[in-house]
Amino acid sequence: MPLLKVTIDNIEVEVEAGTTIMNAARKIGGSVVPPAMCYYSKLEGSGGYCRTCLVKVSQGSFKDNRPMPKLVASCRTPVQDGMVVQNRTSPEVMDNRRAITEFLLINHPLDCPVCDQAGECHLQDLSYEHGLEVTRTEEDRRTFDPIDIGDLIKLHMNRCILCYRCVKVADQITDGRVHGVLGRGDHSEISTLIQKAVDNDFSGNMIDVCPVGALTDKTFRFKSRVWFTRPFDAHRECSKCCGKTVLWMKGEEILRVTGRKDKYGELEEFICNDCRFEHKENVDWIVEGPRKIERHSVISQNHYEKLDIPEDGEETE
Amino acid sequence: MQQLTNRSKVVSDKKMTFLEKIYLPAIVKGMAITLKHFFKKKSTISYPEQTRPFSEIYRGQHVLKRDDLGRERCTACGLCAVACPAEAITMISAERKPGEENLYREEKYAATYEINMLRCIFCGDCEEACPKEAIFLTDRIVASEYKREPFVYGKDRLVEPLDPTKRIDISKRQTESVLKFKENKRFAHNK
Repeated sequence: MPLLKVTIDNIEVEVEAGTTIMNAARKIGGSVVPPAMCYYSKLEGSGGYCRTCLVKVSQGSFKDNRPMPKLVASCRTPVQDGMVVQNRTSPEVMDNRRAITEFLLINHPLDCPVCDQAGECHLQDLSYEHGLEVTRTEEDRRTFDPIDIGDLIKLHMNRCILCYRCVKVADQITDGRVHGVLGRGDHSEISTLIQKAVDNDFSGNMIDVCPVGALTDKTFRFKSRVWFTRPFDAHRECSKCCGKTVLWMKGEEILRVTGRKDKYGELEEFICNDCRFEHKENVDWIVEGPRKIERHSVISQNHYEKLDIPEDGEETE
Repeated sequence: MQQLTNRSKVVSDKKMTFLEKIYLPAIVKGMAITLKHFFKKKSTISYPEQTRPFSEIYRGQHVLKRDDLGRERCTACGLCAVACPAEAITMISAERKPGEENLYREEKYAATYEINMLRCIFCGDCEEACPKEAIFLTDRIVASEYKREPFVYGKDRLVEPLDPTKRIDISKRQTESVLKFKENKRFAHNK
């Protein structure tokens, strides 16, 4: 099958037919990749809700070189041969992204100082890059009381941006989904309807896929800010999952266990609740070494790395 | 060798003359300098009875503010600690229980909050990083101690008194530019 030629932000890439614009951009990598709040490559049918990944298609294909009339969701639009896409190079796209960020924040409580997700929150990153400095709405925000779904997960519906990722996790990773999105439009909320506990071996993955702080780990609740902990790659023998995790340590203490996330914030492999919640002793884990955190992330703050200084005294990274 | 300054003196071990040997002229010369200083203006003051005028934006001992209702403003978000270039601030957060709403402003609060005054360089970055206007540097001087341990200030010495008459005034530090910067917190959801 012939490869299709796509140009994204003046960079050419060849991909297979059926690839979405998002995945073609990820093949290039770097700043070309549009941000995604709802698309999750490991979850089937995810994407298309949040609209942060909208891009401009300035030439449809070689055969039909007219531009597409509106911005398209890059996570849902397959590429065509000769397609020319503009992401960062188009002021229209950037302007749109700023507006989308403002819309996502319309009902968000902005309680980052209290939220456990702060520091690894995609909405925080998005609004840092594309958001306004000020709030322009003065109307009351919709508010919900935080509820416990099971004794391991806390749901703060205030913070939710309705990305449907957790619903897709429950559908595809666990058996028997008990939560979903109720209501319509502004009244939509993630809920278990009658406060039923989410009780499943893989339900903890809902926490990791949540791009904001709506679903948080109750065993880690208010224990520490993310940037005071140090991430370590570790693994253990597990009969239910791969057992490969990241331990978030403070001193000798394991405060939290999560799955390993790639550079797009997506889990490499889903882990079971046993690994996530039940094993917080050092003897349970074989530590592989410190996890690489991107330098610009707040998590890497105040963490010192030993530089390899060769004999001749010149520093290398 | 080239001289860096013209203040260096060449020393030699040549024999001293008789006048130099009795040292008297040198002693008189030295005493004259000492006596001259008796009549000069003193460069020290007797603190704490006397104090020097402070700059309006002097940065001294920190205070953790309470709001108008007497609730602690600090929510243990950790931004002061991450902004601190000297890594002087540590904290442990805790969840507010039902019935403690009159003590703490938000659902999370600092159970312990410590500043190591020996580490602190009084740069004011913590105050700038604070999203809740909870920490301020004041014109109070950190007291001297004989040991190292008392320099680690806990919440007992950092949080201002509950009594409204004994609150620490920080209005001088709320300069116009600071207030303008914080202006976008005017809505209820953003306070």
